[in-house]
Amino acid sequence: MRITQGCFSFLPDLTDGQISRQVQYCLDKGWAVNIEFTDDPHPRNTFWDMWGLPMFDLPDAAGVMMELAECRRVYADRYIRLSAFDSGHGWESVKISFLVNRPKEEPGFRLHREEAAGRALRYTTTAYAADRPEGRRYEG
Amino acid sequence: MPLEDAIDTPEAIAGPIDLRAEFAAAGIEEMLAELDRELIGLAPVKTRIREIASLLLIERIRRKMGLSGALPTLHMCFTGNPGTGKTTVALRMAGILHRLGLLRRGHLVSVTRDDLVGQYIGHTAPKTKEILKKAMGGVLFIDEAYYLYRPENERDYGQEAIEILLQVMESQRDDLVVILAGYGERMDRFFDSNPGFRSRIAHHIDFPDYGDDELLALAELMLQGQNYRFKPEARDAFVRYIARRKAQPRFANARSIRNALDRVRLRHANRLVSDPDRLLSAEDVVSIEASDILASRVFA
Repeated sequence: MRITQGCFSFLPDLTDGQISRQVQYCLDKGWAVNIEFTDDPHPRNTFWDMWGLPMFDLPDAAGVMMELAECRRVYADRYIRLSAFDSGHGWESVKISFLVNRPKEEPGFRLHREEAAGRALRYTTTAYAADRPEGRRYEG
Repeated sequence: MPLEDAIDTPEAIAGPIDLRAEFAAAGIEEMLAELDRELIGLAPVKTRIREIASLLLIERIRRKMGLSGALPTLHMCFTGNPGTGKTTVALRMAGILHRLGLLRRGHLVSVTRDDLVGQYIGHTAPKTKEILKKAMGGVLFIDEAYYLYRPENERDYGQEAIEILLQVMESQRDDLVVILAGYGERMDRFFDSNPGFRSRIAHHIDFPDYGDDELLALAELMLQGQNYRFKPEARDAFVRYIARRKAQPRFANARSIRNALDRVRLRHANRLVSDPDRLLSAEDVVSIEASDILASRVFA
């Protein structure tokens, strides 16, 4: 199951050229660009690990792409996303976030149905990948 | 690829191409004229810039005819005696390469050993990479580059910075241009101990010492920039000053001239202040007299 989240989630995965143009847009706006990675695909997992420090003082996207290449080399089998933080007064929030890397195999989610009081049903989803310990989830 | 944006889609053109029109369209002529006006002397540097500009122009035309060729490496090394304009030219080079369409941003990141080399194990690589990331799309200028390598200390972290630099210089040639600068003899020794470095730099440009008339022209340009000017006899005095100063030890070309002019301005100001009763005209505050120059210690 191909997981999507953030901006451009309705599009096919961006090429490096397209990613670079997006990064350049963020840098030109003065936003801090972050590279984050995780191997827990649950949509409510908001705490991803950061790759290096936020990059806010680069004039050109090539610097970010260099870091991204390095991150992909180390964590090729994890989800990697780029996000850009606008520190402008009144915003102080993430303005853009999109996936730039995904594991080769994405097993998807299991749906749990829990029968509660009365005939109520509670639903919850668990990623199959999350059954394995962190760091070894997408080893294949 | 910066060139990709600058060039029209390749289309096979059979007919001849008007070189003059192409020349004008690229804005190269205007740029070279400006360079001639604002930089005095430095013939080898101007020649090399002209060559790079010409290559780019021909490359554009070749693309139009459907012939492709890889862009040359643009990493440079400036060597020369103190005060021959290495840093000044490096500052301008970023702008020039940007206007030629060879760099995307055209900013300059100027660093020395301290900015690249860390103080403990594991400190150097992130530091160097941080600088490289900042320089992407522009020029990385490493002043006094020979300090990167300290042969007397075999555990020096400079070597690590050199290796990262070399790797990026090779793999990301489209993204950044590295310019090294330093005094000739010490740069030679630096290259001898890092042969990989020499071969990765395509342009070794030697900055010649300035001639007497070039130094005079420089002095007048500097004064003009500060809204001063020589009186005719002061100009003659300065010609003599240059001849004498050159014969003295530790002569540093344009830098010595700039320092001399700073001292001349001090004497000029002092001369005006020492006579508080007179009324000053605009002419008085801009003209430098022979006496301001002749009071220098080189005439002693």
